[in-house]
Amino acid sequence: MKNAIDREIPDEVKGRKLRPFQGNDGYLPEDRFIPATRMRAHSSSFVRQKKKVLSSLKEALVKVGLKDGMTLSFHHHFRGGDNLMNHAFEIIQKMGVKDLTVNASSVQPVHSPLIPLMESKVITNIEGGANGAPGEAISRGKLDGLLTVRSHGGRARAIDSGDSHIDIAIIGAPTADFMGNLNGTNGRYACGPLGYAWPDARMADNVIAVTNELVSFPNYPVSIPMTLVDWVVHTDVPIGDPKGIVSGTTRITKDPMRLKIASTVIDVLDSAGIIKEGLTFQSGAGGISLASSYFLMEEMLKKKIKGSWAMGGSTAALVDMLDRGLFDYLLDVQAFDVTAVNSLRNNPRHIEIGASCYASPFNAACAVNLLDTIVLGATEVDLNFNANTVTESDGRILHGIGGHQDTSSGAELSILAFPLIRGRVSVVVDNVTTVVTPGESIDVVVTERGVAVNPSSKHFDEITNNKRLNIKSMEELKNEALKLTGPRKPIRFKDNIVGVIENRDGTVLDVIYELAD
Amino acid sequence: MDIIQTVKAGTLESGDILITISPHDSELIIELETPVESLYGEKIKQEILDFLSSLEITKGVIKAIDKGALEYTVLARMETAINRACLEEFE
Repeated sequence: MKNAIDREIPDEVKGRKLRPFQGNDGYLPEDRFIPATRMRAHSSSFVRQKKKVLSSLKEALVKVGLKDGMTLSFHHHFRGGDNLMNHAFEIIQKMGVKDLTVNASSVQPVHSPLIPLMESKVITNIEGGANGAPGEAISRGKLDGLLTVRSHGGRARAIDSGDSHIDIAIIGAPTADFMGNLNGTNGRYACGPLGYAWPDARMADNVIAVTNELVSFPNYPVSIPMTLVDWVVHTDVPIGDPKGIVSGTTRITKDPMRLKIASTVIDVLDSAGIIKEGLTFQSGAGGISLASSYFLMEEMLKKKIKGSWAMGGSTAALVDMLDRGLFDYLLDVQAFDVTAVNSLRNNPRHIEIGASCYASPFNAACAVNLLDTIVLGATEVDLNFNANTVTESDGRILHGIGGHQDTSSGAELSILAFPLIRGRVSVVVDNVTTVVTPGESIDVVVTERGVAVNPSSKHFDEITNNKRLNIKSMEELKNEALKLTGPRKPIRFKDNIVGVIENRDGTVLDVIYELAD
Repeated sequence: MDIIQTVKAGTLESGDILITISPHDSELIIELETPVESLYGEKIKQEILDFLSSLEITKGVIKAIDKGALEYTVLARMETAINRACLEEFE
């Protein structure tokens, strides 16, 4: 069946029924419903005698009854410095368990040791997203089942609603107390918020926290509370590598082309009337997003404008804006650098939030819906403004979605900003390889060779009337790039579907096929 | 024109291409390494080949390490490399 953006979606793949995308807000569950969650009742003497604390993850996995076919969840707050998922699967492989589903807020290149476990069918399905080598392995058919790619908000929705049931949540905690209060702001593996793991802690049948630093009760501040944590594994096996967890300082790009694109973004925001008192703003950690944040800061200082709040992934740039009083609050689900981690620890106006509160479409309110603007990137964008962030132009799965779908559908003005040509490949194409964010969510595309505004954007007139902007159509941008790059060879796929791209509401935007070459 | 010495032109910066040319007695060998192999590999090889045949060069080893160069960059680096490799021809 064709979905609302004209992509062919099969009714069923590998035993799973798919619901085609019906447009943003096209699908809502029929009524409010109550998903099943497991009650936990540990006796008072049990807890008082510190029996919640175990010395190895293996012991915990035996206690919770790990068996074939279960779903295990992980968070990616340690990013490139995560050791926990690899450590867990070293143990699991030795236990001889098979056919597991990994539900991770992100699988990273550091998790490449999982690739052989896909081939030996210890891991048969992955939910969340896959970056780098593990993603490429899935493109080459190494995963027996499916990769279900979800945005951060979509993942929270799937877990909260019971669509994605978690048997065992394994939560890396920089610090924990013996009762199970966890936080990510202290300790040598401090990573900032633990927000992506909040839905997992609330909904999983069994919650195992793993820490290298057991602190005295109560572990304050509390990110994930003891009421939700069944077991605390206190181990010497390092759960993370501080070098990979947070980068030192995120420096602003020196590339003149990216700086030009970032300053054009500010021009676009200005002409759409976004830079005003009470502004709300989110920016990513990518070069252009970061530079846009700095230029926005200059513009706000020049105009003597104060925003109301900003949202992370937090970086030194956003913290700087908070400290200068340009925003009253910084809402944060994930920290990217040391400055951001320190700010969360020390500044009461820097507030940790969970993934559902950040971006889930099916709850009573989520923060992305209040954003005035968001600056994002993409690997490809097509003439209908559909954006791809998951596959590269050569068809390989190399990235996740992050908050792309959530923020762009929630924000008043969504901007995609990127160099038109990356490594000889044009970002603007006739049809994206994989639709990840539907064009209806995108207002403006900013490149160094011109700005294209979505005709369906309510800011179309304001922006196209700005004579300082080099306004072009997507068709013009595409042709300009094509003249420089020359035509590319079409990619060939096999019939085997390896991945499903869910919209944040759980409907299917697109499917990904196994690569033929 | 004949390739008489081993030379280099270009860099490994993003958007550039590093061309190394050396003499060969009998054959024309082109080796290309590029991150866009599946999309543009054949086209880049063809651009190099066309440039060489326009100068009637039929022998030599061309090693190209591409970092996403556009056609005009490929041709500019080839021109410089060939000028250097065939230097005596121009004296």
